[in-house]
Amino acid sequence: MGECVTDSGLIVARNITKRYGRKRVLGGVDLTVAQGKVMALLGANGAGKSTLMRIISGLTKPDRGEVLLGGVSARKAGHEIRRYIGLVAHAPLLYDNLSAWDNLQFFADLYDMQRPAQRIEAVLHAVDLWPRRHDAVRTYSRGMTQRLAIGRAILHDPPVLLLDEPDTGLDPASAETLAQLIRSLGASNRAILLTTHNLERALLWADSIAVLSDGKITQSASTASLTTEIVRQWMTEIGA
Amino acid sequence: MNEEAVQANVQTMRLDLAAEPVTMQRGGGALTYLRKIGAVFVKDVRAEWRGREIFSTMTAFSVLAVLVFGMAFDLRVPRSEMIAPGVLWVVVLFAGVLGLNRSFGAEVDRGTLASLLLAPVDRSAIYFGKMLANLFFTLATTLVILVVMFFIFDLNMFHPYNLLAVLLGVIGYVGVGTLFAALTANSRARETMLPILLLPVMAPVFVAGVGLTAGVVDGKQFSDLRQWLVILAAFDAIFIVVAYLLFDLIWEDA
Repeated sequence: MGECVTDSGLIVARNITKRYGRKRVLGGVDLTVAQGKVMALLGANGAGKSTLMRIISGLTKPDRGEVLLGGVSARKAGHEIRRYIGLVAHAPLLYDNLSAWDNLQFFADLYDMQRPAQRIEAVLHAVDLWPRRHDAVRTYSRGMTQRLAIGRAILHDPPVLLLDEPDTGLDPASAETLAQLIRSLGASNRAILLTTHNLERALLWADSIAVLSDGKITQSASTASLTTEIVRQWMTEIGA
Repeated sequence: MNEEAVQANVQTMRLDLAAEPVTMQRGGGALTYLRKIGAVFVKDVRAEWRGREIFSTMTAFSVLAVLVFGMAFDLRVPRSEMIAPGVLWVVVLFAGVLGLNRSFGAEVDRGTLASLLLAPVDRSAIYFGKMLANLFFTLATTLVILVVMFFIFDLNMFHPYNLLAVLLGVIGYVGVGTLFAALTANSRARETMLPILLLPVMAPVFVAGVGLTAGVVDGKQFSDLRQWLVILAAFDAIFIVVAYLLFDLIWEDA
């Protein structure tokens, strides 16, 4: 099963191909995430998950294929389409010399947000960082930094959320806060594509799961029809 | 929203971000564009104020370089006016490279470049914001250099024409330098690549700057200095337009 389609999608990747030098990273990936749905993308290290995330976010150009966000070609839409994307990447994408407040204020300015102070306050509460809002990010723990990275991604309330291993470095309590956020964001008509190495969380957080191996989607199904054992079997088959 | 209300509603707000819906201004024209340039500039200056990486390095290098030049030429050169213009521009160029290297280098090292590129911003606004920050740091460093040279070379170079030359020269320098810093930011050898690429291109600015400063130090009239000012102004205009046109292409596949 080469294609994973859940409905008419808010995120649609069509035949995405990417090579770095002679190494083929993605070999014709098709993927669709519908509005209000959460898809977990699983795969071994180096399977191309992060490359696919970067391509969907517009940070990397595919060699072939097309990304549609809300039915609009991301390549043709210009920089305004970036307004609709929130990305949590491996790096936190935060300025460690600045405080949480200053970081979010900067991004609010870049996204032309009106009345940013109220929204920043709400986001800092949402990620439980309000008491530390004026501390420099370099003084934060890994988990706090990751929570702020998630706050930065949702600050402008994007309909498309790309979360590349968002649970990395989170303690169980923070992971639970993240789970609540994902459920609440997914339920409010956003499309969320996330990657994780934690199969239990993938089953718990997502509406569907897709497995990326050798640059292609090799398995995909709704989480309602899956168990941890089945997904673990899939991962064993691809050597992850 | 007061502090008590916030504390009482933390659990609710955690899942109720919709309580603060986002309104974003679309388009917005020149004012929005300028606001984004300002945001990048303020962010860079604020990060530098908190981290003290760029300006302190540039200033320390500049003071040491002027001292070394002062000691090196003290015994062999009869009048400091003969070497001061060259020393000023050499130190400005080399100190400037240190700051320019960190301009985008720090974004790459901290992984924050992607957050800039993800923003719905015309990338030329990032260029101009970065350029303004580099201009601010380099001009501030140049001010320190002029003060140190006043004491080491016993030479007052705070003449209006010389200050104009420094302003025009530094604008051209950081205009090209910010573009080249972006070009080399992802290179592992960016510390060496940037000066190798940048300094040859800066030859017209260096020659015109030295010529103008030397003319001012020698007490020449404005009519004798005008040609150098024209060269500096033309360089600034041409290269900033070129940088504006090229900058978007650099980040096509960051």
